[in-house]
Amino acid sequence: MESFIFAMFNGVLYGMLLFLLASGLTLIFSMMGVLNFAHASFFMLGAYFAYQISEGLNFWAALIVAPVIVGMVGAGIERWGLRPVHRYGHVAELLFTFGVAYVIEELVQMIWGRVPVPYEIPDAMSGALFTWQGFDYSIYRVFMLVVSVAIFVALFALLTYTRIGLIIRAAVSDPIHVATLGHDIPRIFMWTFGFGCALAGVAGVVGGNVLGTEPAMAIQLGPIVFVVIVIGGLGSLGGALVAALIIGIVTRLAIFYDYGVGSLVLALGLEIDTAGMLRDFTRITTAQVAPVLPYLMLVLMLIFKPRGLFGTRDV
Amino acid sequence: MLEVRDLHAYYGKSHIIQGVSLDVGAGEIVSLLGRNGVGRSTTLKAITGEVEPVGTIMFKGEPIAGRKMHEIARRGIGYVPENRNIFPTLTVRQNLILGIKSMREQGRWSIDDMFQMFPNLAERADALGSVISGGEQQMLTICRTLMGDPDLIMIDEPTEGLAPKLVEQVSGLLAEIAKRGVAILLVEQKLDIALDISHRVHVMGHGKIVFEGSVSEFRANNQVRKEWLEV
Ligand SMILES: Nc1ncnc2c1ncn2[C@@H]1O[C@H](COP(=O)(O)OP(=O)(O)O)[C@@H](O)[C@H]1O
Ligand SMILES: [Mg+2]
Repeated sequence: MESFIFAMFNGVLYGMLLFLLASGLTLIFSMMGVLNFAHASFFMLGAYFAYQISEGLNFWAALIVAPVIVGMVGAGIERWGLRPVHRYGHVAELLFTFGVAYVIEELVQMIWGRVPVPYEIPDAMSGALFTWQGFDYSIYRVFMLVVSVAIFVALFALLTYTRIGLIIRAAVSDPIHVATLGHDIPRIFMWTFGFGCALAGVAGVVGGNVLGTEPAMAIQLGPIVFVVIVIGGLGSLGGALVAALIIGIVTRLAIFYDYGVGSLVLALGLEIDTAGMLRDFTRITTAQVAPVLPYLMLVLMLIFKPRGLFGTRDV
Repeated sequence: MLEVRDLHAYYGKSHIIQGVSLDVGAGEIVSLLGRNGVGRSTTLKAITGEVEPVGTIMFKGEPIAGRKMHEIARRGIGYVPENRNIFPTLTVRQNLILGIKSMREQGRWSIDDMFQMFPNLAERADALGSVISGGEQQMLTICRTLMGDPDLIMIDEPTEGLAPKLVEQVSGLLAEIAKRGVAILLVEQKLDIALDISHRVHVMGHGKIVFEGSVSEFRANNQVRKEWLEV
């Protein structure tokens, strides 16, 4: 039970980090119809900027400044890159964001090199906040959870209760009509894009020092974020939250309870010859399967419920 | 206030608007009449910029053709499209807030004004736009545009498909709009309403203006009515 709670805690934590990434992606998609393949690259930029700023100043400055810079970079890319490409259609936009992802990766390697940079958890938060039933709950992990929950609440409040949130939600369904009411849709698109990138930047700042800050981090995490928004339903913020939590929890539980497939099958009460023909199959452990689980869920979701859990439109 | 000269507009290769000229003075109510499909809605869309206009459009003495849609709206042109465009996931009140262009300046209209005029909307202030009746949606669409405090409002077939009682409410609202000094360019099928409140009338046929004159001139001209309006 205690270990289950600990694994759940880590799963929720990882899930909330995925949500930070997925929320920006799904916001951009639902508003502009753009699937931004470079989204995880902004996560990476967040981590590298945070590393650089922590070196010069400290982690707290990085937590504020790095996402702002990432957001500005995102807004700039929308304004001077994506917007001119927009009139050539969605395929051109998609290819453009592919290009951006590679450019960012190359630039990062040029500036910071190919090996991971030593972006560390700040000393003040490296200890355990409390120990419960034999498991250490580190200050930093609790802090990560607090930051991501706070951002989720703020995002939800922004979209639900503010005028700019209303304009964004209305522009999702009918941008032309919102424009005739006097709202500058291209500018709102630009800032929404920038804001979505800034959210990815926050995830980079708080996650980069735990997951490792290296040039491959974008490519590693990028596909999972797409899985999250497809399972949650394209354009659905609530769906992204649920899907991110499911994926976070399932993958962490699979790693934590490292059962062999053979023992699982036996536990189900089935007879199996663990030395015979299926020997190699039964030797697989759930920890090995964990990285593949999200994609398995993606495939099943696409087959049985192509709109995702809460989606209103087809993929 | 609004001067349109030799306006043309296209859908792809089809030449829909073929040289329309019309004027709306400050505080004036002008009707744009015509059979279905002659290009009345397209004329309004060319003025808002939703359809690309070719020709001259002056508003308050400045050219607006080719400007961005939100800029044209911010100069004071309000537009109510013919398909009631209520945002279904926003509440009645949120739909009204969406119409406000700037939170700093208080215009001619407030949300309370709207609720006073339409107690129905007040009662359903927190209901979603998708669940209110067609009549309420129509009022809400007009009220939302008014929240942006336009000096000219272009309204496309506001009474279409409404029950007689609601039609009355709409014409009451049009009268109130005029009373507050807002000019109206009205596209309306129901001749009696249009003639009742308008100062001047334009009749369109095949993408062109085929008649222009005062309401009494129009009433005296049975020929125009027969040829361009009656079905
Ligand atoms: N989006 C569109 N694409 C192509 N043709 C259109 C479009 N909208 C309207 N039309 C055509 O343009 C003409 C004028 O339409 P419209 O301006 O809506 O007429 P009205 O409002 O006077 O009934 C019609 O023949 C109609 O079929
Ligand atoms: Mg029409």
